[in-house]
Amino acid sequence: MSLFWTIAVLVVLLGLTWRFLGSYIAAIYQGRVHYLEWIERPLYRALAVDPEAEQTWQRYAGALIVFSGVAILLTYLIQRIQGSLPWNPLHLGAVGPALSWNTAVSFVTNTNWQNYAGESTMSYLTQMVALTVQQFVSAAVGIAVAIALIRGFSRKGSPTIGNFWVDLVRGVLYLLLPIAFFAGLIYVGQGAVQTLAGPVTIHDALTGYTQVILRGPVGFMEAIKELGTNGGGFFNANGSHPFEDPTALTNFLSIFLMLSIPVALTYTFGKMVGGIRQGVAVLMAMAIIFAGWTAFTVYAESRPNPAVAAAHVVPQPQGNTEGKEVRFGVPLTTLYNVVSTQTSTGSVSGANDSFTPMGGFGLMSGMMLGEVTPGGDGSGLYTILLFAIITVFIGGLMIGRTPEYLGKKIQSREVKLAALGVLVMPIVVLVMTGIAVSVHAGRVAPTNSGPHAFSEILYAFTSQTNNNGSAFAGLSGNTPFYNVMGSIAMLLGRFAIIVPVLALAGALAAKSVVPAGLGTFRTDTPLFTGLLIGVILIVGGLTFFPAVSLGPIVEQLSHGRLF
Amino acid sequence: MLLHIRRSVVLSLIFLVVLGLVYPLAGTGISQLLFTHQAEGSLTPDGSTLIGQAWTGPKWFQGRPDGNVVTDGPHHVVVSGTEQLGPRSKTLEEAVAKEAKRLKEEGIVPTQDLVTYSGSLVDPDITPADAYAQVKSIARARGLPVNEVRHLVATHIHTRQLGFLGQDYVIVLELNEALARLH
Repeated sequence: MSLFWTIAVLVVLLGLTWRFLGSYIAAIYQGRVHYLEWIERPLYRALAVDPEAEQTWQRYAGALIVFSGVAILLTYLIQRIQGSLPWNPLHLGAVGPALSWNTAVSFVTNTNWQNYAGESTMSYLTQMVALTVQQFVSAAVGIAVAIALIRGFSRKGSPTIGNFWVDLVRGVLYLLLPIAFFAGLIYVGQGAVQTLAGPVTIHDALTGYTQVILRGPVGFMEAIKELGTNGGGFFNANGSHPFEDPTALTNFLSIFLMLSIPVALTYTFGKMVGGIRQGVAVLMAMAIIFAGWTAFTVYAESRPNPAVAAAHVVPQPQGNTEGKEVRFGVPLTTLYNVVSTQTSTGSVSGANDSFTPMGGFGLMSGMMLGEVTPGGDGSGLYTILLFAIITVFIGGLMIGRTPEYLGKKIQSREVKLAALGVLVMPIVVLVMTGIAVSVHAGRVAPTNSGPHAFSEILYAFTSQTNNNGSAFAGLSGNTPFYNVMGSIAMLLGRFAIIVPVLALAGALAAKSVVPAGLGTFRTDTPLFTGLLIGVILIVGGLTFFPAVSLGPIVEQLSHGRLF
Repeated sequence: MLLHIRRSVVLSLIFLVVLGLVYPLAGTGISQLLFTHQAEGSLTPDGSTLIGQAWTGPKWFQGRPDGNVVTDGPHHVVVSGTEQLGPRSKTLEEAVAKEAKRLKEEGIVPTQDLVTYSGSLVDPDITPADAYAQVKSIARARGLPVNEVRHLVATHIHTRQLGFLGQDYVIVLELNEALARLH
């Protein structure tokens, strides 16, 4: 019953966000809001950018890639020299080269995969100026790409798709920064720590127990971690740590923040292409798949944990409590982790690795659909639009007509780019998992054994390639092998999709608009939503079913066996 | 290309200052002003109400079994985060059986949360049912009337936030501080 109200309130809040934040985002990128002009103008001057001048897709992509490259180097550098920098109360030394590299790539690609324990690896300064900064910037880059693709659809015969620098700056200033700041205050008000004072040692006079409590600038990092669909927490325990996520209310706030921008962008899309219903059709496809996966996973976690059951010592009326926190309870923890895996956030409020076999399957398979339900900030929308293009192409094949989407003819070039963008992820995941299970360095990392060990490896590459960042965290990923392989997976999963998307945006923007006729396949109807869902499920299912059967499915079916 | 690089470097440095320093430091300043207690870690003289600790012996309410497995990181820093045992892990089965045996020896009927690890390994809370399960053994160990201890639990239950978020819980530290004051 409690979960029912949680979801009901969430749906109402998201409905309002969809309408109002969605329309605000459109205004931001159409240049219709100006209240921060006094910061923007000097900034553009420092960059020598003319905010009115637009870029072709090649220049847009070039700027994006160079900027991301510089961001990776800077994030790497700060970790390497943190030992000589201030705000390092634990006197932590430089982060190792392979780990710094993996972490830099991870935060710049909006993945936030963490092969380290935050509180004992990263200084306060590194958490702030290296990691938190990228949590803003990587989200803004994702949203900029989605907006560029929307412009591709909404423009006619245009050689340009916008200005990367302007889109980036406006996304950070008008969208992410104000919301994150406000949310940060709520986190701290509820109990998240926000201090530069180091750890505190407390001697408990009641028991004689001495405890070192680690603290840091946590609450405001938490806000952008969730809003930016990043997921990288200050502490190793991530959102299950009470200093990150102190109450059920902040847990709920996190769920809301993760979903808010990806959901709102479907409204922005509809508004900018001149038909809100186009956005609704896409949103419904996201929502229906999401609802199915949530129901499945919440049910799976309401069942007993098989290993606890095997001990025959306690009944499990709450379902699977292993790895979950009391203040959230099982249903809310599960909802959070589902939202986090399906928004490409990857934060956790309980241990994914300790989910029941089918619960873990729910989390992993949600990512395998390509992070489109609703996916990460920007990345969710641009990836589902690739699926939408495949859908109209298949629809066109059925009726024997050149497909159109939003008045643009979808021809060979567009279909090739969309197919490329959709297939990069499964290919990288399956090839990398195949390599990892074939070599010794890959096989020694899982701490669990049996089919769960395979699940841990498969999950790791699924998560990193989808720029999610959550983990079946029993995998000891801080090895040269996993640091390097993971960074390649994250880079391909990000940029090998962004470049085709921008190319597509350029190709579409240059096209003229064909007026809709009698034979036009309508893309704002439930029929289209249904076809889109079908395409997403079939692509995901066909590519991943064999791999998944070796992991969670075997685990579920091995009645009574422990490993 | 050169222009892209120059712009990237300049913008990265500006973001470093605005998002990496101004944002968290302004946040810290306002937090310390408005929510001093929370921002500093919700500390009491005996610990933090948000961070679990190890309570041993029959005289205290016990929390999740987390305290028994905390691991030392480099520089002897206790690292948060759970054992990450899978749902068909033999290790998990053995740990649960061992914990249940220990509780039974102290006269406590094991409950679910008292034998399973939390996600953070510093879960400060237990459910009311977990607390009630310990009432008899604590009353016996302290020579207190059972009803008094039971009443103590009942008056320390935090109900669901806004009536629907999460579940009812008891903060073990708060409960034990109140227990100490009973004498």
